[in-house]
Amino acid sequence: MATSAETSAHGAAGVAVKRRDFLYLATGAMGAVGAALAVWPLIESMNPAADVLALSSSEVDLSPIQVGQRITVKWRSQPVFVARRTPEEIEEAQKVDVQELRDPQADSARVKKPEWLVMVGICTHLGCVPLGQMSGDPRGDWHGWFCPCHGSQYDTSGRIRQGPAPANLVIPQYAFLTDTSVRIG
Amino acid sequence: MSQPAWNSPVVKWIDERLPIFTLLHHSTSGYPTPKNLNYWWNFGSLAGFMLVVLIATGIVLAMQYQPNAALAFDSVERIMRDVNYGWLLRYLHMNGGSMFFLAVYIHIFRGLYYGSYKRPRELLWWLGVVILLLMMATAFMGYVLPWGQMSFWAATVITNLFSAFPGVGRFIVHWLWGGFAVDNATLNRFYALHYLLPFVILGVVVLHLWALHTTKSNNPLGIDAKGQQDTIPFHPYYTVKDNFGIGVFLIVYLGFVFFAPNFFGEPDNYIPANPLQTPPHIVPEWYFLPFYAILRSIPDKLTGVLATFLSILVLFVLPWLDFSRVRSATFRPLYKKAFWLLVVDVGVLGYVGANPPEGGFLVMGRIATAYYFLHWFILVPLIALFERPRPLPVSISQPVLGGGLAAAAANPMEKA
Amino acid sequence: MRKPLAAAAVAALALGIGLPAHAADEQLQIERQQWSFYGVFGAFDRAAEQRGFEVYKDVCANCHSLNQLAYRNLEEIGLSANEVNAVAASVQVEDGPNDQGAMFERQGKPSDRFKAPFANDQAARAANNGALPPDLSLIVKAREGGPDYVYSILTGFKDAPAGFKMTEGMSYNTAFPGHQIGMPPPLSEGVVTYADGTKATVPQMAHDVVTFLSWAANPELETRHRVGVKTIIFLVILTGLLYAIKRKVWAGVH
Repeated sequence: MATSAETSAHGAAGVAVKRRDFLYLATGAMGAVGAALAVWPLIESMNPAADVLALSSSEVDLSPIQVGQRITVKWRSQPVFVARRTPEEIEEAQKVDVQELRDPQADSARVKKPEWLVMVGICTHLGCVPLGQMSGDPRGDWHGWFCPCHGSQYDTSGRIRQGPAPANLVIPQYAFLTDTSVRIG
Repeated sequence: MSQPAWNSPVVKWIDERLPIFTLLHHSTSGYPTPKNLNYWWNFGSLAGFMLVVLIATGIVLAMQYQPNAALAFDSVERIMRDVNYGWLLRYLHMNGGSMFFLAVYIHIFRGLYYGSYKRPRELLWWLGVVILLLMMATAFMGYVLPWGQMSFWAATVITNLFSAFPGVGRFIVHWLWGGFAVDNATLNRFYALHYLLPFVILGVVVLHLWALHTTKSNNPLGIDAKGQQDTIPFHPYYTVKDNFGIGVFLIVYLGFVFFAPNFFGEPDNYIPANPLQTPPHIVPEWYFLPFYAILRSIPDKLTGVLATFLSILVLFVLPWLDFSRVRSATFRPLYKKAFWLLVVDVGVLGYVGANPPEGGFLVMGRIATAYYFLHWFILVPLIALFERPRPLPVSISQPVLGGGLAAAAANPMEKA
Repeated sequence: MRKPLAAAAVAALALGIGLPAHAADEQLQIERQQWSFYGVFGAFDRAAEQRGFEVYKDVCANCHSLNQLAYRNLEEIGLSANEVNAVAASVQVEDGPNDQGAMFERQGKPSDRFKAPFANDQAARAANNGALPPDLSLIVKAREGGPDYVYSILTGFKDAPAGFKMTEGMSYNTAFPGHQIGMPPPLSEGVVTYADGTKATVPQMAHDVVTFLSWAANPELETRHRVGVKTIIFLVILTGLLYAIKRKVWAGVH
């Protein structure tokens, strides 16, 4: 008799322990979720704000650009090179044996229309802006772009050919809105 | 105190070199607290919680705010409209300031009622008054930052107070301003100090808690704990009680943030600052209203300024003004009445501070100001001298003193 | 703690929290309105917002800037991306300098802020008898009485009562402090033709433009209410659990 009373009392205590643990578990879990939800806005507020995002795409009018002309536009606070390539430049870019390149990439993978080259004008070495946009600028041995900081040289497709830069000039996301305008970003 | 034994070798390794875990243990599980604390004792931890919230939101807001007179107002609007969750952070910070003061004022009045400023807690009380002064400076400067009409004109009025000092007054004011009027120089330095002072407050709070842990907590009966039968460990008893308190407080706080975020504010501060046009009614934030009322009650400029400073500084000498050996107002019928009259008086001062100082408001303000100082300098010492306190209980765990029901009825504050 | 509690409540009320800061000087007639965005579950009436934007664009924008808003924000009141582009493109904004160093005009883009009617405050004053028409981005939050006040101003233009001395160039208004306002009555029946065919009475236009301006001042309101309801419910549950734990832990002590 005493044994069964003990057992049932023990059992009741066991159930009570389980109930108490559940309460702590549930509250702890809810508190942790609440804390995470509370911290999230602090972190998310550091992500780009709506006004920054609104400027995250730039539309460029291509009609005033002559064949052989290169212009620089600002996109997300960075320089973007838009080049209207001459037939010679296009041929040079397409003739290259891709396997010889440090960063193998066919010209066709870098342009949507061969006449138009759109790329971020930041050297992939340490971030300088390469020369070659203005008519008097040095363009390097491959007639593309030349970075004065450490001597990286890019070809007419913006691919690295010589110098310390490890990769080709970055092609941003862009789309032709019409034949004479693109949206970058 | 017993040295706790640590199971984890990592904890043991750290603790042997920097006893942070031992410290945490002594402050919580190993910290004896009177077992009869009521909910008025929650407000210290609530104030600490609000300080953390204000610092966290403040740091993140500081990443977006521009402390330049030409850019400040627009940068706050940018936070409200373009920054992800910016509206939430701004409203949390704005209303957090009000909730911080609410918690601290209740915390202070708890101290006044239960004699928490008396021996041996005088230094603990002083550190608290220092925290209050730092809070007031921080809040004042913070309110200037949005550079609205109230920001600008409150800054002008309050910094001009210092011109009351004879001779050096003008120089002090120009030094504060960094110019000949409140302008960009003033805004920039207020920003630098507004970022700095909360961390100074944090440091003084650490000292405040250290002093508290030295003397241990007061309790509603105001009598010392005499042994283990009178105390319980802070953890888990008061940690769970404080957590519950934070939950309730958060509901009130976030109720304002989400559904009435401009309740404590002034519409005029949504107008960009205009140095050429003063708003018809310059009003500070609600937590400054009683002091503003005192300032404007006294016709002489310098006396008004001194009275305002004195109205807070008087708290430093309170342990000597009130030299009664009995701590808790529970057993001090006269002091209890004086306490509640003070509460009403401060309420009246607040109401007066919100209204223009003319007609009936001026009369009311003068009476309330006079009564305020009468309370501290006349009533409190006289009560301490002549009051016959009720008989104190034997101990915390034996609150009933011989007289059975009658004595029990004399202790209505006893519930935990 | 009953009597002292009552006294404390009186004191708290007497603190004047939230009460207007002026004594009742003039009798200003502020009409209370029903606003769809009031209350815990309040939200903006989209149709009213859009009509209100029409009123702003056609009437108010001639004198009042809205410089905290960008055209892209109009998507929040239900305009499509194309409609937003069209609104932006309908204005010319200054940009530059170009490569020659000159400033130039170009078509507006969604990312541009709303174009102000005047180049600066001085030009605005010169065109308005010395009075500066305030920017309207925050007007609903910047005035005591908020939406009700702005509504009452717009519908409060009446003839001055007999014996009331009016200053030259001012208009009598029942809601404006001092009863003389520098703005001539902006709204008259039919001054705007609504795209959705609603009859453009003065009270209708006032209601719509105040809805639009309330959104302009509080664009986060709907999100704030939504997140708020969820947060408070969450907290009530969590606080309930915390209370249960407190009672459990303290069970032995009492």
